[in-house]
Amino acid sequence: MAQGVMVIAEQRGGEIHKISNEVTSEGRRLADALGQDLTTVVLGSGVKDKAAALARYGADKIIAADDPQLENYTSDAYVPVIAEIVKANEPAVLLLGASSMGKDLSARLSARLGVGMAQDCVSFAVEDGKLTAVRPIYAGKAYAKVTFSDDSLPQMATARPNVLAVNEPDAGRSADVVDAPVNLDDGQSKAKVAEVVVDESGKVDLTEADKIVSGGRGMKGPEGFQVLEELAAAIGGSVGASRSAVGAGWRSHTDQVGQTGKVVSPNLYVACGISGAIQHLAGMSTSKVIVAINKDPDAPIFQKADYGVVDDLFKVVPPLTEEVKKVMA
Amino acid sequence: MKIIACVKQVPDTETQIKVAPDGTSIAQDGIKWVMNPYDEFGVEEALRLKEKFGGEVIVVGLGPKRVTESLRTALAMGADKAILVTDDALEGSDALAVARALAAAVKDLEFDLILAGQRGVDDDQGLVGASLAEFLGIPHLPVITKLEASEDGKSVKANRPVEGKTLVLEAALPALVTAQKGLNEPRYASLPGIMKAKKKPLEEKSLADLGLDASEFGTGARKLKVIELTPPPERQAGKIVEGESPEEKAAALAKLLHDEAKVI
Ligand SMILES: Cc1cc2nc3c(=O)[nH]c(=O)nc-3n(C[C@H](O)[C@H](O)[C@H](O)COP(=O)(O)OP(=O)(O)OC[C@H]3O[C@@H](n4cnc5c(N)ncnc54)[C@H](O)[C@@H]3O)c2cc1C
Ligand SMILES: Nc1ncnc2c1ncn2[C@@H]1O[C@H](COP(=O)(O)O)[C@@H](O)[C@H]1O
Repeated sequence: MAQGVMVIAEQRGGEIHKISNEVTSEGRRLADALGQDLTTVVLGSGVKDKAAALARYGADKIIAADDPQLENYTSDAYVPVIAEIVKANEPAVLLLGASSMGKDLSARLSARLGVGMAQDCVSFAVEDGKLTAVRPIYAGKAYAKVTFSDDSLPQMATARPNVLAVNEPDAGRSADVVDAPVNLDDGQSKAKVAEVVVDESGKVDLTEADKIVSGGRGMKGPEGFQVLEELAAAIGGSVGASRSAVGAGWRSHTDQVGQTGKVVSPNLYVACGISGAIQHLAGMSTSKVIVAINKDPDAPIFQKADYGVVDDLFKVVPPLTEEVKKVMA
Repeated sequence: MKIIACVKQVPDTETQIKVAPDGTSIAQDGIKWVMNPYDEFGVEEALRLKEKFGGEVIVVGLGPKRVTESLRTALAMGADKAILVTDDALEGSDALAVARALAAAVKDLEFDLILAGQRGVDDDQGLVGASLAEFLGIPHLPVITKLEASEDGKSVKANRPVEGKTLVLEAALPALVTAQKGLNEPRYASLPGIMKAKKKPLEEKSLADLGLDASEFGTGARKLKVIELTPPPERQAGKIVEGESPEEKAAALAKLLHDEAKVI
């Protein structure tokens, strides 16, 4: 009988990644709702000690697959190891973060396990003993509530970063850390990481950023983004862009927010010189607080913004950066 | 090189999505159906590889008859032939079932490379590419912005940007890659291309043709069940921050974000 909740934690360079605290916290809530145990699984190289800290967010048991071959994520290396752990433990629920790693890993793992997969969910519940989840579709133009067929076990889902509440860490909690066997030979040809190029070190992926300052055609050119970089640095955020700004070659493709770019849900989204086209709104309307700075009072972005400033962004953003530093000090 | 490009048909991104009366699907009336934008990158990349290495580009779509139109678009861009997996029993299939049927449709084609989109801009799942790779037992290079095949056409290298880094992934062929924005600028179909596409082969396959059991497909066989669709929570237009000067507005905004919204 499938029993218990299992979450897959993530590490980067041996450090436990923030999303792991989010999924472990949510896993705890689901485990309590089911009246079952929570197991957190970590894969990596030299991660065992760090993994133990996840007990504080609610894990009853921690499984660590510690092996030099697992240092860098590839689905080809991670999937066979996790598939074995899942088969050995038979959890009822399997939860991952919808990070770039989690989205890819969960996709292939669900196919290997032959189970349904709910990608990028924003909330979870247990109803009649079954997992239900809510996921935005069409980049947030609609929401789907989903569940699983009876034969689809574990019930598998990924959680959108930054959305789920993180439990207050309980330093008094600890959990056993158990080693998992690492056997990568599933007889399949594999992709490997040939090289890692650090483009912008320390840059958080937009989908995981807590705060985003985005610029559009109103930025006038690549140099215009400098004021946004400064504001982002002051609030500890990342810089995004509209498709117009990306299309003009002012920003990299990885910065595009929208239905055909990144779908983001930060706590704070500041849209500067962005009109608010349907494809852009779709990608950011699940942000908690939206600010729009635009000189056109009729720009559609104001319909979605919690706070709007009608003015020239080049006159507003630099003093805003200074004011923000003051209130945050 | 024999290259397969997957083509999913999705509502145009301008579409205002409405929930259908059944409460579990979207209202289909008035939707303009287009090729998934990420599949345009896939088709384009397939054509570029063919231009360099020679060979053949086959586009594969699964869905109702209307998907023919998107496959013809890919043929007009320059693909050589198309396969449409279509069967009434497929209606409502989940990603797992779609990937199973696509795997059955391509497994005997002796392909070198498969391109798919990183996600459909409809259900935002990003499941089918990886699942297809799994069912075919080949490596998957996900969400890539650059692709290079070795001179001998036996392996590929691909760039995958994640979190301020670019991972250069490498795999022997056959392999599957999923295309991300930035990979290329897709070409438009030319008028002669559109004329030629009308004569290019487009083969239809039913589940029976693929040796698949219809009972394993469609809404009833879904492993991921849709309970209900709802419109997104309404966002109200908030307040306009007032002030005599840009500086005053900036100061007022910073205060609101700190004291009221508590996000900084
Ligand atoms: C298939 C498809 C997919 C798409 N996907 C996306 C997507 O994923 N993401 C996306 O963003 N778009 C997407 N788009 C494009 C979208 O339709 C819009 O064209 C785009 O979002 C507009 O970008 P913008 O707001 O930066 O530019 P504009 O619409 O030109 O708006 C610029 C704004 O800046 C303001 N402005 C100018 N100067 C100043 C100043 N000095 N101070 C203050 N305000 C100023 C103007 O008032 C205006 O409102 C897509 C389009 C298509 C067809
Ligand atoms: N019905 C389909 N027909 C052809 N390709 C598909 C289909 N569904 C998904 N794909 C491919 O898989 C990618 C990701 O789709 P999805 O997993 O639905 O988000 C798409 O961009 C396509 O390349």
